Amino acid sequence: MNIVVCMKQVPDTESVIKPSGDGVGIKTDDLKFVMNVYDEFGVEEALATKEKAGEGKVTILSMGPDRAVEAVRMGLAMGADNAVLLNDAALEGADAFATATALAKALESMDYDVIFCGKQAVDGDLGQVGIALAEILNIPHVSLITKFELSDDKKKAKVNRQIEGGEEVIECPLPAVFTCQKGLNEPRYASLPGIMKAKKKPLETKDLAALGLDASAVGEAGSKTKITKAASPPERVAGKIIDGEETLEIVVKLVTLLREEAKAV
Amino acid sequence: MANDVCVFAEVKEGAIKKVVFEMLCAGKELADKLGGELTAVLIGSNVEDLADQLAWYGASKVFLAENELLEEYSSDAYTKVLADIVREQQPSILLIGSTILGKDLAPGVASRLQTGLASDCINIAMGDDGKLTATRPMYAGKIIADLAFSDDKPWTASVRPNVLPVSPPDESKKAEVVKVDAAISSEDIRTSVVEKIVTGGEKVDLTEAEIIVSGGRGMKGPENFKMLEELAEVLGATVGASRAAVDAGWIAQSDQVGQTGKVVNPNLYIACGISGAIQHLAGMSTSKCIVAINKDSEAPIFQKADYGVVDDLFKVVPIFTEELKKIKE
Ligand SMILES: Cc1cc2nc3c(=O)[nH]c(=O)nc-3n(C[C@H](O)[C@H](O)[C@H](O)COP(=O)(O)OP(=O)(O)OC[C@H]3O[C@@H](n4cnc5c(N)ncnc54)[C@H](O)[C@@H]3O)c2cc1C
Ligand SMILES: Nc1ncnc2c1ncn2[C@@H]1O[C@H](COP(=O)(O)O)[C@@H](O)[C@H]1O
Repeated sequence: MNIVVCMKQVPDTESVIKPSGDGVGIKTDDLKFVMNVYDEFGVEEALATKEKAGEGKVTILSMGPDRAVEAVRMGLAMGADNAVLLNDAALEGADAFATATALAKALESMDYDVIFCGKQAVDGDLGQVGIALAEILNIPHVSLITKFELSDDKKKAKVNRQIEGGEEVIECPLPAVFTCQKGLNEPRYASLPGIMKAKKKPLETKDLAALGLDASAVGEAGSKTKITKAASPPERVAGKIIDGEETLEIVVKLVTLLREEAKAV
Repeated sequence: MANDVCVFAEVKEGAIKKVVFEMLCAGKELADKLGGELTAVLIGSNVEDLADQLAWYGASKVFLAENELLEEYSSDAYTKVLADIVREQQPSILLIGSTILGKDLAPGVASRLQTGLASDCINIAMGDDGKLTATRPMYAGKIIADLAFSDDKPWTASVRPNVLPVSPPDESKKAEVVKVDAAISSEDIRTSVVEKIVTGGEKVDLTEAEIIVSGGRGMKGPENFKMLEELAEVLGATVGASRAAVDAGWIAQSDQVGQTGKVVNPNLYIACGISGAIQHLAGMSTSKCIVAINKDSEAPIFQKADYGVVDDLFKVVPIFTEELKKIKE
């Protein structure tokens, strides 16, 4: 049983994000980078699935710059067996299409039964790569899973998927891509021994040549979309605190304002 | 045809989704600028009756793909049918609603057509380059970005519900329906649905709700959400929650608003006992009007709220419900 988790390193959700001077990127100097939250669910599910099956291998696959190695190590410290990091200047500036192209190429030389991706990476918030990857690999996908169960013969998975107004229980043949939604599990923390062990686990870094792709197919060159402007949204300004002696008085004022000023009720 | 704009007409339980009308109105302007037609793709089983409604909002042609296997959504079947129609028709622009279904469908279709996808857009317009320019939030709305497309068509955008305006429909219009042979067999659908669990019932999904009443840790326990249900009932609103309330197990995960929950854009968002953490604000700060009810005057939510009530929510909410009932009568 080979499980691959696609993992991206992204700014911590607490971060203040400001546009950079060139107007198309963001300022990265003061940012703290971490494993994408939805990918943590993927790592956890991979490890739990392996533990339950009593065998298997969990591989972290990530594309990113040098600093991404920290998040990759975190995945190994949580318990993954090995990792592959795609790192090359030519891979930078990739949209979902170019990202999925590179990840798919790397997967060509790997064994996989299950691929976990996050529902979305909380930097670009695209929510595309997992599904695009399944399409390129020509395997099925199920998005937004909140429960994952391997069949006894390990040829299928039974998963719960969030839909509007409820859930679907879906059976999916393997290999397949699953995108993880919050609610799937509670990711474990990396333990101190885990962190120590991670240092000795295989971590392979691949550049473009090792990956066997042309520079025109990846990164900004291989992308189908390109950011032409990145700006801060208009600041929301604090409005009125409604004053009054009694709760009733305040609420009456609120209702009047909502009706007459905001025209919201 | 070459300069057309094509809208995917999502249907849920026999009705067309509101975001489809929003996309048709925006799509009409794009098609006029391109000098092409506005078309729509209607996929399902027994959905032909709905075609005229698409014409009311400007679609001159409706491609209709009906098949029993399309009655329920599956990624495989819908991706195939939509991608096949688009490949055949070659529109310049393809628009898909950024609903739960659309978020599953759009990436696969765009990838199959080898074209760019701008997801969860809040604006779409013709750019100076003669191509589509899509505007979309990134970093949980902390950045708003414009996207340009490569030469590959169709330029595809998934559009966030509840953002683009809808013009009044012209109900005298009739659609020109073009029936498409949806050649789907059960082998094309690799996944199978073995069970459906309905939890939300009839209520409008948070991502499409016009009014949302949300509760946080200040609600103190699951039993108190009944109070919010009552307020929501009067307003015709959907109930949401902060992550603290979800993680405490008081309310379902699917009701969570925020960075790791749903991003919502209602006309009115009422936050009860929610402090306003950055990850919560990420999910609701584009609401048109925000009301915060919190007993702590220092709570960050007041920095974003249009109207703040500094008081005990257990006192405020019942009175609020009663006062609203009076004006609704
Ligand atoms: C990676 C990550 C992702 C996250 N994603 C999300 C997300 O998607 N959505 C989300 O909401 N959070 C998210 N969070 C959590 C977020 O940081 C906050 O912890 C959470 O939003 C707090 O919820 P809360 O406001 O309900 O609770 P608290 O911060 O505890 O606030 C409760 C508020 O209730 C008020 N209160 C208490 N009693 C009363 C009363 N009787 N009357 C009136 N007011 C009262 C208090 O004054 C307080 O302001 C995320 C965190 C991380 C790290
Ligand atoms: N650079 C990357 N390296 C590895 N996995 C990625 C990368 N970008 C995206 N993914 C995967 O695809 C998911 C969705 O990302 P996105 O489409 O960017 O929102 C993420 O949660 C990851 O699982």
